[in-house]
Amino acid sequence: MSNPDKAEPRYTTTPAIAVEGLSKRFGSVQAVAGVDFEVSRGEFFGFLGPNGAGKTTTINMLTGLARPDAGTICIAGVDYTKQPKAAQRLIGVVGDESNLYPELTGFENLCFCAALYGMRKKKRLARAGELLEMFGLKEAADRKFGGYSRGMKRKLTIAAGIIHDPQILFLDEPTTGLDVASARQIRQLIADLHRAGTTIFLTTHYIEEAERLCERIAFIVDGRIIRTDTIASLLQPLQGKQVMLFEVERDGRTLCGKLAAAFDNLAFDAFSDGRIRAEAAGPVPVGPLVRFIEEQGVTVLEARRQQPSLEDIFVKITGIETDALQREKEKPGGSA
Amino acid sequence: MKRWIAIWNILKKDMKAYYLKPPNISWGLIFPLAWTGMYFIRSGGGLEGVLELLPGVTAISILFGTTSMLAVTVTFEKKNRSFDRLLLSPIPLELLMLAKTAGAILFGIVNSFVPILIAAFLTDLSGAAWSAAVPAILLCAVVSTLLGLSIATAVSEVFEAQTISNFFRFPMLFLCGLFFPIEQLPVFLRPLSYALPLTYGADILHGAFSGANVMSYALDFSILVLFCAALFALSLFSIRRRWIL
Repeated sequence: MSNPDKAEPRYTTTPAIAVEGLSKRFGSVQAVAGVDFEVSRGEFFGFLGPNGAGKTTTINMLTGLARPDAGTICIAGVDYTKQPKAAQRLIGVVGDESNLYPELTGFENLCFCAALYGMRKKKRLARAGELLEMFGLKEAADRKFGGYSRGMKRKLTIAAGIIHDPQILFLDEPTTGLDVASARQIRQLIADLHRAGTTIFLTTHYIEEAERLCERIAFIVDGRIIRTDTIASLLQPLQGKQVMLFEVERDGRTLCGKLAAAFDNLAFDAFSDGRIRAEAAGPVPVGPLVRFIEEQGVTVLEARRQQPSLEDIFVKITGIETDALQREKEKPGGSA
Repeated sequence: MKRWIAIWNILKKDMKAYYLKPPNISWGLIFPLAWTGMYFIRSGGGLEGVLELLPGVTAISILFGTTSMLAVTVTFEKKNRSFDRLLLSPIPLELLMLAKTAGAILFGIVNSFVPILIAAFLTDLSGAAWSAAVPAILLCAVVSTLLGLSIATAVSEVFEAQTISNFFRFPMLFLCGLFFPIEQLPVFLRPLSYALPLTYGADILHGAFSGANVMSYALDFSILVLFCAALFALSLFSIRRRWIL
């Protein structure tokens, strides 16, 4: 087993993750097609994309659960293809399912995961206790994992992912399916880990989560990265923009052309569920817009101001409606 | 040293989570007892048949005990994705699989001693060649475990592993010379007998308990070792091809 002390120190200029030309095909489906990106040490990097975009396939290749057809992966300077086990020692992985052992207690699960990294008993016990305390699970330490609530399971799975104090933590949809309070707690824990110096690679379909946590984001669609940038740069085009969202009684797309022709200083996006989004460099003329829509024989159910967000950028870049993305993801077995 | 910490803890976890559970312990007791009872009812004979019966009962105790457990410890863990946790750890796959199979091997060995202990109360085992019987039991446990592993890694569901295991296990009861000599089988079935690993384990056990081995011990042991190596390589190939996509 390679000694993690022999790996490069955490604070160097070598990227935490460097990926070049990464490709993977499953039969006739090109799941990932020549993906390139770098993640700096200590960075919080988000990987956003719709279902089937290639997020999980990419994360599986980065962690060693899938073999790339082509391309290179370097983890903290370690070539994954040549030294996969040395690279695995440097990373922690939290998959999209809480996959600990239901028949073991929370404490036993953490001790077992620590043993997988060769930690001696005294250190294992201390580290497991420390993490249970940190994740607010001390009271549940002696309860079987199978009896934990969803939120508790997620927290313990993240604790297991960092048991060996990895340099890089991969998180695949960490808050999916959790209630608001649990999701909030987990986001706080992840933010704390990042503040403590851990490089974080996060895949999520919650765009507001990525916007709140990440420093840089890559958008992946159909196995290709179509944009990688910092949150600030991504939001730059929206500076000073104002957005109104109208809800009408029928498919908003039927009105989009007429609206664009009548209001040439506004940009419109319309959706099948009756939403119409109007964007302007200055104030959006709400009254004329409502009157125009109603003149077309369509009732306006609601009009509300919207804060321009990363979601707007996501829709513009990918052409995918975020609600559709979320609905798709929440289908059983829906995991990109 | 660090690798051994991981391997020991995988073994300990499997023991606690699976092997030491009462239903599994009872499997090791009930199966040999049922076979022994069936034999006596069928033959109507006395205790003099015990030594003749013992190699077969010992071999099937090992075979059924080990192959049944692998479907749970490997296929089930892969299905619920806890096996991914092991694949993501910095342990070489070969050592990881040795750790996962060690529990089943020990379980098989312990199972094998249930009929032997019963036999010790019923007949005199002082003439048994333990120097051949003990390594044979060990190799039978290893080869049966690896047979179970190669099946467990080739399927996705626990029921598939159990069903495919039965395709191998039940014919082996009759084809491997456990309860009647291979020479009594129809000629066209005999080559099949020699293609099954338990034939060689059972032959050593027959030799060790009643001196009735057909082949030399050296040949039996060599072939068993070859089967172990081939089945282990097949299992590793299967994991690399099917599970690390």
